[in-house]
Amino acid sequence: MTGADPTILNFTVFILAIFVGYHVVWNVTPALHTPLMSVTNAISSVVMVGAILAAGSSTIGYAPLVGAIAVALVAINTFGGFMVTQRMLAMFKKKEPKQGQQQGRKAA
Amino acid sequence: MISPNVVAICYLIASVLFILSLRGLSHPLSARRGNLFGMVGMTIAVLTTFAVTERLDIALGMLALGGITGMVIARRVQMTQMPELVAAMHSLVGLAAVLIAIAVLTDPLAFGVDYPIPAGNLVELFIGTVVGAITFSGSVIAFGKLAGLGKYGRVFSSSPVTFPGQHWVNLVLAIAMVGFGVWFVNEIPGEAWRPFQALTGIAFLLGVLIIIPIGGADMPVVISMLNSYSGWAAAGIGFSLNNSMLIIAGSLVGSSGAILSYIMCKAMNRSFISVILGGFGAEEGTSATGSEKKTVKSGSADDAAFLLSNADTVIIVPGYGLAVGRAQHAVKEMAHKLTAKGVTVRYAIHPVAGRMPGHMNVLLAEAEVPYEQVVEMDDINSDFGATDVAFVLGANDVVNPLAEQKGSPIYGMPILEAHKARTVLVNKRSMASGYAGIDNPLFYMDRTMMVFGDAKKVVEDIVKALE
Repeated sequence: MTGADPTILNFTVFILAIFVGYHVVWNVTPALHTPLMSVTNAISSVVMVGAILAAGSSTIGYAPLVGAIAVALVAINTFGGFMVTQRMLAMFKKKEPKQGQQQGRKAA
Repeated sequence: MISPNVVAICYLIASVLFILSLRGLSHPLSARRGNLFGMVGMTIAVLTTFAVTERLDIALGMLALGGITGMVIARRVQMTQMPELVAAMHSLVGLAAVLIAIAVLTDPLAFGVDYPIPAGNLVELFIGTVVGAITFSGSVIAFGKLAGLGKYGRVFSSSPVTFPGQHWVNLVLAIAMVGFGVWFVNEIPGEAWRPFQALTGIAFLLGVLIIIPIGGADMPVVISMLNSYSGWAAAGIGFSLNNSMLIIAGSLVGSSGAILSYIMCKAMNRSFISVILGGFGAEEGTSATGSEKKTVKSGSADDAAFLLSNADTVIIVPGYGLAVGRAQHAVKEMAHKLTAKGVTVRYAIHPVAGRMPGHMNVLLAEAEVPYEQVVEMDDINSDFGATDVAFVLGANDVVNPLAEQKGSPIYGMPILEAHKARTVLVNKRSMASGYAGIDNPLFYMDRTMMVFGDAKKVVEDIVKALE
């Protein structure tokens, strides 16, 4: 039982995650489709995990260099993506427009 | 160093938070908490990775550099520029995926991948690289089209760029790419660079070729599709690193983008394949400009103000013209004035209005239009018949009644039935046809009055006239 190839285990996770994604995303209200895109952008920047490992490896060669570039690139997404989503969502607040504005500014 | 089990648990927590983050978007009220979940999840993921990394100085420096850039962009970007921003961000994920694949290939041990790299991981690396490269170059082109960089290069033109045999060229390139992929997987360790460079180069080229034939109006599909690709690229990297969190996050994003693409295609009554093959609107709108002279009634902003203030119910139909003219604040002002006069004002949103999914909703939210007044197509269409004035602001194809006529190029596309209103006001900059390149009979109806001019200017004049 323990002998399954890691690729198969990965594939299991992959398929299940697609199902979860499918059901979660159909529930997203159409009004929030733009924030959905920006937040998924931020979430996909989790590839930074791989970039950090590369940037932090102590070997000599390309790996730390390309890793470092990749960290900088996706960090733009991570911060930019979540911040701009927050800025947008602050606008969708019901009433209390003043407070909404302040929060938007803080978020930005 | 923390144990691999703890790392795995932390990654699991982060994955769950990412799922909750998307779940929050089911309602505007829970959405901000959802975004917070996403940020916490990302923080956990990054900190956990820091804990198992040999040296942190470079990564931290780069993180700060990119992070500050991201924050500055997020703060400065105009809401009308969201489509460009999103496209630019997709390209970054794609490029990062390629760079990480290069790093894995150079130094697999740093990622806990065996050396020589097992064939299974090589296949995954191949897929991650190819998808990442296509996402990158495709998103760069999409960015150029959305940002209106057409004057700097024809590839960025918002009209489709086609050439004879285009699809065959793409097919041959794709086959060649897979061929290099097979070589790459079977090459002896250390010699894999040549096929890798070739296949990456072809993938970059393919990304460009796939996006150039797609015209401006199809951008909502393209941008959703690239959103999906960026997720699959992340998942591909997750596979090669045996990292479940990357696979989960990537699949979430991938399926999200795929669903959005589906919704956008359905809203245009077009198959995904026909959008991807592109060339729609390539007829250069000759049918519209060359058509026989038909009379339109046009009026001034004062006339429009008179009609609007005498109505009981008004439905505003915003389109891309509203975004271009940045008229959302003026529109809100106008609606406010009308409401004060006892007019019921609502907004009707077509799923593909604008250049990306939800584009109009964000612009109206920015202008502080209460979201209860903003109604989706299916919920408001039956109300047009009982509406005094439908005010079409910079929209065209989404209100074209030809969609109900067999044989028209847009036949079957669901539209907002503005033509059923008692009076129709249409603001456009000129009589030019929409992106579909076809004429719109709505403009020639007896009950229709055209108000020509920039959306913002016209609406501001109406506001003045209402006082």
